Amino acid sequence: MTEQKHILSILVDNQPGVLSRIAGLFSGRGYNIESLSVAETMDPLVSRITLVTMADTPVVEQIVKQLHKLINVIKVYELTGANYVQREMALIKVQAKPEHRAEILRIVDIFRCKVVDVGQGHYTLEVTGDEGKMDAILNLLKPIGIKEIAKTGIIALFREQK
Amino acid sequence: MKLTGAQILMKVLKEEGVDTIFGFPGGVVIDIYDELAKTDIRHILVRHEQGAVHAADGYARASGKVGVCLVTSGPGATNTVTGIACAYMDSIPMVIFTGQVPTQLIGNDAFQEVDIVGITRPCTKHNYLVKRTEDLARIVKEAFIIAASGRPGPVLIDLPKDVSNTKITYKAPKRIEMKSYNPTYKPNMKQLHRAVKLIKNSKKPIVFAGGGVVLSRGSKELTELAHKTRIPVTCSLMGLGVFPGTDPLWLGMIGMHGTYRANMCSGECDLIVAVGVRFDDRVTGKTDTFAPNAKVVHIDIDPTSIRKNIPVAVPVVGDCKITLGLLNRLLDKEDLGDLKKKRKKWLDQIDQWKSTTPLAYKQKNIIKPQYVVEKLYELTKGEAIITTEVGQNQMWAAQYYHFKKPNHFITSGGLGVMGFGLPAAIGAQIACPKKLVVDIAGDGSIQMNIQEMATAEQYGLPVKIVILNNQYLGMVRQWQELFYGKRYSGTVMEHAPDFVKLAEAYGAVGLRATKPEEVEPVLIEGLSSSKTVIMDFAVEREECVYPMVPAGAPITEMLLA
Ligand SMILES: Cc1ncc(C[n+]2csc(CCOP(=O)(O)OP(=O)(O)O)c2C)c(N)n1
Ligand SMILES: [Mg+2]
Repeated sequence: MTEQKHILSILVDNQPGVLSRIAGLFSGRGYNIESLSVAETMDPLVSRITLVTMADTPVVEQIVKQLHKLINVIKVYELTGANYVQREMALIKVQAKPEHRAEILRIVDIFRCKVVDVGQGHYTLEVTGDEGKMDAILNLLKPIGIKEIAKTGIIALFREQK
Repeated sequence: MKLTGAQILMKVLKEEGVDTIFGFPGGVVIDIYDELAKTDIRHILVRHEQGAVHAADGYARASGKVGVCLVTSGPGATNTVTGIACAYMDSIPMVIFTGQVPTQLIGNDAFQEVDIVGITRPCTKHNYLVKRTEDLARIVKEAFIIAASGRPGPVLIDLPKDVSNTKITYKAPKRIEMKSYNPTYKPNMKQLHRAVKLIKNSKKPIVFAGGGVVLSRGSKELTELAHKTRIPVTCSLMGLGVFPGTDPLWLGMIGMHGTYRANMCSGECDLIVAVGVRFDDRVTGKTDTFAPNAKVVHIDIDPTSIRKNIPVAVPVVGDCKITLGLLNRLLDKEDLGDLKKKRKKWLDQIDQWKSTTPLAYKQKNIIKPQYVVEKLYELTKGEAIITTEVGQNQMWAAQYYHFKKPNHFITSGGLGVMGFGLPAAIGAQIACPKKLVVDIAGDGSIQMNIQEMATAEQYGLPVKIVILNNQYLGMVRQWQELFYGKRYSGTVMEHAPDFVKLAEAYGAVGLRATKPEEVEPVLIEGLSSSKTVIMDFAVEREECVYPMVPAGAPITEMLLA
């Protein structure tokens, strides 16, 4: 069976140790974590973990069931189809030689991102978008020279009924 | 009311109906021990913390109640880990209290500090570090609920010394609510109707029952189902006893050392009604060849057990006892036809497998280990509580002691812990003081927790230990004989103590048999003693457990001798 990307949105008790229970479940059972993002929800007692994993269908079914089994897990949503919105943010530090500065700013413009730090030899860009947009901008910036990159990992929510 | 944490703990334990704690003291739990002595809760002082956990485990398995342990921080806590992992694998309800250094020292590498919550996270159903005395009562109550409900399991509570000795104004916790925990007990009826249909249409069905039936106390319902539908029954190691081993529909155990007929059934059957099992690799052998012609109805309270290892046609999440009860009621409304006629061909086939290839061994003028177990079964009329160590002794116990009732076979199935049997027997004997409790042991395993002889003696527990002494780590030796050209690397155990003298040194009775004709007299003498007894049987050294399915092979391909 083929592995596919699955986005899991997990509501958990906002308590110390909960993240390590989840990370431990993944490492202990040999599942992988592509990305992970955690923050408090509107209810300070509850956190949302958005986790991306590569797995085939039976494995993802197991993962969801195993997550449910953890006492501190309140709900697990598997986000599939076009039923959700997803975003990721990245900070990208690009090498900015004089001959590239204009091009970088053009890319910034096209992708509607922001320059959040400028220096003699670099720009730091803030980019938000879905995976497609992230890949596209990274592909354009790579030849110019990416010095460093920090990404949040995907966050996602279900779409409400229109 | 002003109470210390230790006093609150005792109060809640009493409310939870705890009558026995297995433990071993140390610096950070002195406050708790001080309060414990003021209650009527019985403390069993073991000789090693691993023994405390296995004893609480044996107590839980024999009684169906939650087993409770209390140990100190650091080494006391780490010594419990094997026992906890064992209980976790076999889904045994337990609550383990570990002492911890005072909260302000946590994280400082303080004396005897260890992150036991971190260490046991993957082998507990849940665990807690109590940070405030105010939370203690609620956490203990939650722990007992979690341990005993749903798919049971061990829960650990780490208690910093200051949490135990701080005095607070005690308010009893309100109703315990865990918004994220509510196991499914009642099955989906639609799935049950589908199961009924499969049962009706099946020509060659089997029932496959496991530890979940023991834990849910569903033995009566399971037996009713089998009799009502005339479906033969096999069990996993953990399920032995949920269906009478003397019933004509009994197939024997399935799996790596299962009976020929049970394993052949799995290859031939067209339906498996699996109840409270998890299709462990010791049962299925090579999974892609397991039960190739069968549809599987899988009943279990833990959804993760279903479709984890094999495909399932009808998944039923629910408590085994409740689900079997409902299934029986649905079947009552069905016309199942003339079952005698309908099942004849299938049951005849099974009888033929049984008569051509029964469980058997060749009697010689050396004691056969199987013979010892068989004699034990006869002399105890199958009524004893049997615990086991791990290895060949465990498998012969499973094969030759025909269990009639649940909660009578207490064995470390999932983790396979050598050294389990003696402390587990101690726990079982405390739970059932009037019952005969026998540990069927290997000479290697018994040495792993032999120190608990002193515990048995101290509390006057008349447990009986039957050592099948082959002077080998027999099960590993068997693999070496069969698959590693008889190279017995690391498995020769010729340097054991004289078990008779050892028993006597502990103040117990020691007996020995070296010839077949001595087996029965030794058993009779040992079993009738009111003391702790070790019976040392010098058995055929290179006897193997058969049938055997080589690891990774289909379970219908058995070595028979
Ligand atoms: C704690 C532990 N260590 C190692 C093993 C691996 N092991 C499984 S069976 C066995 C041999 C047990 O020897 P013995 O108790 O003499 O039993 P026999 O097989 O000879 O009946 C060993 C070493 C184990 N199950 N548990
Ligand atoms: Mg041995």
